[in-house]
Amino acid sequence: MNSFEYHRPGSVTDAAAAISGADDGKFLAGGQTLLAVMKLGLAAPSDLVDLGGIADLKGIQVKGGAVTIGAMTTHAEVNSSADVQGAIPALASLASVIGDRQVRNSGTLGGSLANNDPAADYPAAILALGATITTDKRQIAADDFIVGLFETALEEGEMITSVSFPQPSKAAYKKFKQPASRFALVGVFVAQTPDGVRVAVTGASSHAHRAEVLEEALGNDFSPSALDSVTIPADGLNSDIHASAEYRANLVKVMAIRAVEACG
Amino acid sequence: MSETGIGAAVKRTEDQRFLTGAGNFVDDINLRGQSYASFVRSPHAHAKIKGINTSAAAAMPGVLAVLTGEELVADGIGPLICGWNIAGKHGVEAHNSPPHHALAVGKVNYVGDHVAVVIADTKAEADDGAEAVEVDYEVLTAVVDTATAQDNTIQIHDEAPANLCYDWEIGDAEATDAAFADAAHVTTIEVINNRLIPNAVEPRACLAEFNKGTGDWTLYVTSQNPHLHRLVISAFNQVAPEHKLRVIAPDVGGGFGSKIFIYAEEVVCTWATRKIGRPIKWTAQRSESFLSDAHGRDHVSKAELALDADGKFLGLRVNTKANLGAYLSTFATAVPTYLYATLLAGNYTTPAIYCDVQGVFTNTAPVDALRGAGRPEATYLLERAVETAARELKIDPAELRRRNYIQPDAFPYQTPVVHQYDIGDYGASLDKACEMADVAGFDARRKESEANGKRRGLGYSSYIEACGIAPSAAVGALGGGVGLYESADIRFNATGNVTVMTGTHSQGQSHQTTFAQVVSEQLGVPMENIEVVEGDTDKGPFGMGTYGSRSLVVGGSAIVKAADKIVAKGKIIAAHSLEAAEEDIEFADGIFTVKNTNKSLTIGEVAFTAYVPHNYPEGLEPGLHEQAFYDPVNFSFPAGVHICEVEVDPATGETDIVRYTAVDDFGTIINPMIVEGQIHGGIGQGVGQAMLEAAKYDENGQLVTGSYMDYTMPRADDLPSFDVGTTSTPSPLNPLGAKGCGEAGAIAAPPAVINAITDACGVAHIEMPATPEKVWQACQAAE
Ligand SMILES: Cc1cc2nc3c(=O)[nH]c(=O)nc-3n(C[C@H](O)[C@H](O)[C@H](O)COP(=O)(O)OP(=O)(O)OC[C@H]3O[C@@H](n4cnc5c(N)ncnc54)[C@H](O)[C@@H]3O)c2cc1C
Repeated sequence: MNSFEYHRPGSVTDAAAAISGADDGKFLAGGQTLLAVMKLGLAAPSDLVDLGGIADLKGIQVKGGAVTIGAMTTHAEVNSSADVQGAIPALASLASVIGDRQVRNSGTLGGSLANNDPAADYPAAILALGATITTDKRQIAADDFIVGLFETALEEGEMITSVSFPQPSKAAYKKFKQPASRFALVGVFVAQTPDGVRVAVTGASSHAHRAEVLEEALGNDFSPSALDSVTIPADGLNSDIHASAEYRANLVKVMAIRAVEACG
Repeated sequence: MSETGIGAAVKRTEDQRFLTGAGNFVDDINLRGQSYASFVRSPHAHAKIKGINTSAAAAMPGVLAVLTGEELVADGIGPLICGWNIAGKHGVEAHNSPPHHALAVGKVNYVGDHVAVVIADTKAEADDGAEAVEVDYEVLTAVVDTATAQDNTIQIHDEAPANLCYDWEIGDAEATDAAFADAAHVTTIEVINNRLIPNAVEPRACLAEFNKGTGDWTLYVTSQNPHLHRLVISAFNQVAPEHKLRVIAPDVGGGFGSKIFIYAEEVVCTWATRKIGRPIKWTAQRSESFLSDAHGRDHVSKAELALDADGKFLGLRVNTKANLGAYLSTFATAVPTYLYATLLAGNYTTPAIYCDVQGVFTNTAPVDALRGAGRPEATYLLERAVETAARELKIDPAELRRRNYIQPDAFPYQTPVVHQYDIGDYGASLDKACEMADVAGFDARRKESEANGKRRGLGYSSYIEACGIAPSAAVGALGGGVGLYESADIRFNATGNVTVMTGTHSQGQSHQTTFAQVVSEQLGVPMENIEVVEGDTDKGPFGMGTYGSRSLVVGGSAIVKAADKIVAKGKIIAAHSLEAAEEDIEFADGIFTVKNTNKSLTIGEVAFTAYVPHNYPEGLEPGLHEQAFYDPVNFSFPAGVHICEVEVDPATGETDIVRYTAVDDFGTIINPMIVEGQIHGGIGQGVGQAMLEAAKYDENGQLVTGSYMDYTMPRADDLPSFDVGTTSTPSPLNPLGAKGCGEAGAIAAPPAVINAITDACGVAHIEMPATPEKVWQACQAAE
């Protein structure tokens, strides 16, 4: 691991200043991804701007039919929050299947979304729930936020400050874990929202995406049997040492059915 | 039975230090002036080294030395060795043995191969230095696949045409062919025994120091057999003479075989410490463990089982291709031969067996013994064949096994493949396992699962294994380069407490507790007054170490022999003190008594007399300190039956082990709690092999499962609660009546699991690991 400058600003403004003053600076949230990547020598930032000291980035609020969660809120806090459990139980339960206890106690919502791992769980939640990502510069709709493999709409030095999730009438997330890493081999988030049924899939391809075929079938009939006749094409899905595209396609359908079942 | 003697479930005395972080492992030890080593490893599976430029690295801050294979060879450091010669077919006397230098000379042969070492003041400086070493490679095509390595036009070593280490055979080919000619039915299977990475919780590490004043070396190393380390590093690598080298293996955090071997890093650090005049520490990164610990298994086999019309086994014919990796690790050659094919009789009376094995080189990490070492491969092959035969012949699989069991009155039983089994009652284990597993209720449970859209299957594994490899003369006759006895040294101190030293070394097996129980039982000394010392060549007598489930059977027996000598001497002392005849002295529970009197002395009083010999038998040496070496007359043969029950979700292929029953015959059990722990761990590892673990190289020889993101270790929630039971036929061949227990779970579990999953899916075979995807495909295919 190379040496770097460490900053611990107390406000969003100071953090933005620190990052723009750095050669090749990076925000540090829970460090669950970033530090491992640095130890492996795959990233060597000149500066780390630790967001852990900024009170404004923490906390959970339910207001106006939406749950707004600060970027620095840990997975464990999302999971155990009575507010989240009350408003969007599927989101609370999603947080409980991320990694292990240590990861959940350190890893953050903002870090997970900024990183946008193709097998991460939160990206499925923001897409299916139609969340809005607020940064220090603007607001970004979930559909525009996820761009590609580890790629988001965030610009250089742009910081996620919070994420706002509209409350769905029904929602559920089903995750089939990759046995070694326990990231999502396939995860499917299904939600009945004011804008209709939204279904998002993670783990199956280069990045989380909406599944139009599933949305259409469920839009007509929100029941598990509505998916019986749907076929998920394997084209474009990942094929790697953990699963073939065909198997992932099967899991997309099975997880979708189980998510709808879980919606009750 | 006393509260701490043989048979008592005494809590582990080592737990306090391990659970409170007070263990002392190699990496915990720091010496004054210590420097750090970092190895430059090959990024290529197969490449010529055209040049190594070390000057940039040597100029880096903190770097003390950059050493390559050239310097190593110039200093006369001998290559790493393989200690077991395998003679081949057609009178070939020795296997092909390419040199394996601790730092590569001219060529690298696997990803992770050692190219150079950088030694620096700090770990970070050593790592940075290693990155600055420039190596000019000419990349060659890699040979990776086990099954086709012999046919590959690329030859890895000049010394090994067709990439063959040996072509070996065992058994009677003609008699086996004749058996097949008479067969009513032949079952044929092809199976792969998947390659595994050992993954001890503590990575390998070493710390070497040369003392200029005394001319002595000390090597702290993660070793299951410190005396063997000392012997090999001095006699073969010629780094230091044996009497000037002290090897200390402090607490060792798991080994599973991987810490038997003498590795490049240990030899290099011991050599380099004298050159640079400072202690050198090296601790593997986890990614280095994946790349460079000796891997296990990796067989591709075909087996044919010939049966008569009643389902009696007539003959077994097996061909196995075994991947030995890029170079031969310390005992690599023995694992797929004498530790494997000699177990192919299993529990059965199969009269004719023939097996040939081609050991091949590939551009992958060396492959050597891993928990079970050869016996898991044999058991998997045989129990898959037997299960398949039962299904093909529509005979109940338990019944087919029962029909072919060696009967209790047939012992000692000579198999067609070397071994003579001492004792056993396989039917008793099968009956007990069937009852504990409620096999009778299985059909009802299966229907219930089916009603819920699931599938349920039941799988048996009836295993035997050979542990406590012995006797030395037989090992030598089969090509082994070592003796396989064990030593014990019991020293009473003047104050009556006891120090026990043996040549074995615990890596989690709880010797500190078990051996103290044995001594407590034999000598009547309370456990808390007994100190078990292992792992230091300057303290204990020469011994062979811990592997192959040998420590209690061989080491424990040596302890019993030494204790007998203590008692014998104690009787002479007691007789003198009590003014009685020696033949009239009886010893029990730590007290010497004159027969039919109330005159007695405790063993502590006798010990005191021995060290303060004022009133003492004439001519008798003072002191109460005895040593014994024990060379067993044979292996010991634990056996048992494991039954696995699974429920499969056909929609996803997810498999849940809903019930796992193990009934094992380990003869005399010293500490049932510790034995149960060994069984749990063994089954865990066996389930890992069956369902989760696979070391995979891509076609270029890159390890694609080089971290826990991609290599699946079994976790607690992958495993059910085990139902564990025992039967007991104590071994007549060692004084404790014991049999080894450390590997049984890993040997028995894989076929039990795969037999259960294939039963659930209704398919003939699923290759290990039976991942959800493979199980899903099997369910699809069966539909
Ligand atoms: C063992 C293990 C298992 C895991 N399993 C799962 C799993 O099952 N599912 C899953 O989804 N994830 C999993 N993760 C990832 C985990 O959720 C991480 O916490 C997450 O990916 C990164 O969050 P972090 O807070 O640790 O961010 P960091 O590692 O600190 O940062 C990650 C990246 O995001 C950037 N960043 C951080 N915060 C912000 C911000 N507010 N604005 C802009 N950029 C920011 C950083 O600069 C960095 O580039 C696992 C991780 C580990 C180590």
